[in-house]
Amino acid sequence: MSSASATPVGAPRRSFLLPVLMLALGLLIGLSGIVGQIALYWDDIVYLAQEHVVLVASSGGAAILVGVPVGILLSRPSMQRVAESVMQIFNIGTTIPTLAVIALSMTLLGIGFAPAFFGLFVASLLPIVRNTYAGLLAVPGHYKEAAHGMGMTPIQILTRVEMPNALYVIFSGIRTALAINVGTTPLAFLIGGGGLGELIFTGIDLMDTGMLLAGAIPTAALAVLVDWMMGQAQLRLIPKGVNPLR
Amino acid sequence: MIRLEELTKVFETPNGPVVAADKVTMEVPAGEICVLLGPSGCGKTTALKMVNRLVPPTSGKIFIDDKDTSKLNDVQLRRSIGYVIQQIGLFPNMTIEENICVVPRLLGWDSARAKKRAAELLDLVGLDAKLFLRRYPKELSGGQQQRVGVIRALAADPPVMLMDEPFGAIDPINREVIQDEFLKMQSEIKKTIMFVSHDIDEAVKMGDKIAIFRAGKIEQYDSPDKVLAHPANAFVADFVGADRTLKRLRLVTVEAVSDRAWPAISRHAKVRDALVAMREHNAHVAIVLDSDQRPTGYLTEEMAEGAGGVAQDVARPVPTTVPARADLRAVVSEMFANDVMWLTCVDDGGRFAGVVTQAAVTAVLGETYRKPGLVAL
Ligand SMILES: Nc1ncnc2c1ncn2[C@@H]1O[C@H](COP(=O)(O)OP(=O)(O)OP(=O)(O)O)[C@@H](O)[C@H]1O
Ligand SMILES: [Mg+2]
Repeated sequence: MSSASATPVGAPRRSFLLPVLMLALGLLIGLSGIVGQIALYWDDIVYLAQEHVVLVASSGGAAILVGVPVGILLSRPSMQRVAESVMQIFNIGTTIPTLAVIALSMTLLGIGFAPAFFGLFVASLLPIVRNTYAGLLAVPGHYKEAAHGMGMTPIQILTRVEMPNALYVIFSGIRTALAINVGTTPLAFLIGGGGLGELIFTGIDLMDTGMLLAGAIPTAALAVLVDWMMGQAQLRLIPKGVNPLR
Repeated sequence: MIRLEELTKVFETPNGPVVAADKVTMEVPAGEICVLLGPSGCGKTTALKMVNRLVPPTSGKIFIDDKDTSKLNDVQLRRSIGYVIQQIGLFPNMTIEENICVVPRLLGWDSARAKKRAAELLDLVGLDAKLFLRRYPKELSGGQQQRVGVIRALAADPPVMLMDEPFGAIDPINREVIQDEFLKMQSEIKKTIMFVSHDIDEAVKMGDKIAIFRAGKIEQYDSPDKVLAHPANAFVADFVGADRTLKRLRLVTVEAVSDRAWPAISRHAKVRDALVAMREHNAHVAIVLDSDQRPTGYLTEEMAEGAGGVAQDVARPVPTTVPARADLRAVVSEMFANDVMWLTCVDDGGRFAGVVTQAAVTAVLGETYRKPGLVAL
């Protein structure tokens, strides 16, 4: 097994989010005259934020629903041969910038929700598969042996021993994937996928700071919120015995 | 009872076949501990894992209570066998209670019964159930984890246990403690146990029988005393060590060699009578007892000769005593420490229980060597 493909992707640091928050706050206060301008776009914000959240939730959710089972499947001993090649391809995939992924998706599926959804789904899938695979392989063999020797079936070993022990790494992968997803979603506008990117990019084109911020602030807030939720999930859902946060 | 018949395992590796078990035939009688002993890589673990079919045999058969295990369902079979692995293997995501309850739950016990059993077992190894049930493995010391590993295997009360170096990951002092605990438990639960070890001292202590392996073959299968007294070949002799006779000292208790008819007299008895008793017994020493039968002093022939009066006027205090339950290693150690050729034995109440002499110790060690029909190396 090559070491590169087994290295789990780390969770984004909390310390990185704080400056973002401070920046947003500073901007708010510094440009308080602008608040009124932003408020002009309130209806657009609500509408586009909904589109945005739907994109994030659907593509992120689909990536989790597909990525975790694929990671599990690849980690099974019978898949050992194929798994390494698949992971190599996935690793190459990770190096492609998300903007390029979105663009490629458009060439395949045209414009609208579908290519946006698909591009975001693909971009979020990789860290989830990779961490699920690596997390499961990293569960020490003697736990599996003990479970096997005590008379657990393969499914019981997976659900009662392997998954709980890999959960922290898997969650880290999901957290990274969602961070990538939320960060990429504004680009969806470029291929007609809608969302808050519309305000940001149009704001840039028109050099309209109010419009730009009307898109940027909710996007930033959403990123912070999603990461916070993932942090909470990681803290609360992972059993105490294998949770480094507890 | 576990019976292995012509059990063979060949691993196909890129570097050619590796024979990990070569026509192994042996039987572990019900209620006994059989230790599989041998150098690293000789196939102990492989032999053990074939019993619960974690490793499928290449050929040969295994019977548990006369049932051919290859005819049973693997998963059911494993649930009916207690299994302790060297790395302990407690599941870190489960509490101690959940760990102990794994097999009972797999067998469909209701949760109240399983929980009660977990608490019971923790108490059995001296861990406070209230304190430990809710803890996670990482919150336990190495020795505590090892104990839990053993009781987890006992949870569903399986008649057969497989233990792969169960006390390996622990310091020597605590290992002795856990071994003693386990032997005490075994004297009550009487499981049929296959126990892997690479430590001859552990094997001698734990085993009713020892199977010595080399390169997948059994070199000797005998009681610990036989293995130490009569190694079957040079490999076994070398493996058990040049000090194998000294190791045998641990197998014999003081009771077995002490002379209970040794002259012992009341401290109020006449010295002259003591002398008569000594000569009758052909002993040069008599032990002087108080009214509770406790040894207080001794008289030698020289001290008694020509002396008058009663024993306590002439006697000297005994240098030290040994408990009748101690092993001969303790006796020899005390003899060297006190520079004496004999020691007084006492029972649990401190009462006189005979005398053990260096000659008697030597005689018992030499005894099996002189048995007719057996040839010592
Ligand atoms: N799955 C396997 N594939 C190939 N060879 C194996 C396998 N398992 C064990 N072996 C080989 O079989 C032989 C016996 O191994 P085994 O683990 O039974 O030794 P052991 O006596 O338990 O040693 P140790 O005291 O080091 O645990 C060794 O030569 C080992 O390399
Ligand atoms: Mg081994």
